[in-house]
Amino acid sequence: MNFLLELAIAALIVLGGVFALVGSIGLVKLPDLLTRLHAPTKATTLGVGGALAASMLFFFGIEDRLSIHELLISVFLFLTAPITAHFIAKAHLHEHVDLRDRLPPTGRPQGWSTFDGVPEADDAERDSDPPPR
Amino acid sequence: MIEPALDFGFFAVSLALLLNLWRLWRGPTVMDRVLAVDTMVINAIALIILFGIEQRTTMFFEAALLFAMFGFISTVAYCRFILRGDVIE
Repeated sequence: MNFLLELAIAALIVLGGVFALVGSIGLVKLPDLLTRLHAPTKATTLGVGGALAASMLFFFGIEDRLSIHELLISVFLFLTAPITAHFIAKAHLHEHVDLRDRLPPTGRPQGWSTFDGVPEADDAERDSDPPPR
Repeated sequence: MIEPALDFGFFAVSLALLLNLWRLWRGPTVMDRVLAVDTMVINAIALIILFGIEQRTTMFFEAALLFAMFGFISTVAYCRFILRGDVIE
């Protein structure tokens, strides 16, 4: 039983290390920022997540005390990672406006909202809505 | 069995930090450097957690949480500075 526990902890640590390394290799090898952006998300979710799960299992199984600080860190990271990626992509697009022509079409009348803004509602649409009470 | 796994973890995360440092140095754009710093913060958190397992203490989780918060806030502040020319309008 103890052996299985140690095996699980060691496997989680190795998994976390491998994914942290894979994310950083992707950060170095991929060609431009918008493709590069997706590599470190693996390091954020699986790399740190593996290390945190190993830590929880270690303190609960071997040190025999319940520690839930790890959950705080993982929830915070999982919530903020997409926001960071979104901000970086948006700032990059606004810094290099020439990328605008290479973006895929949105398939709707309005373009990419980061460049064109939120479209004004048509008068017809506004009239069909029930008036606010 | 945990000891060699921890050694491997320290090696992998430290190598990842060096690769991030290379990207931070090379650039080529400003946002590449911001992304490199953001990933460095993530890897530093992983390193702190592994160190906590090795030392058998839960004392470092507050430090990791502070790292996570300041990494997020600094990245968002810098991106906002690039986007709007000001952090707080």
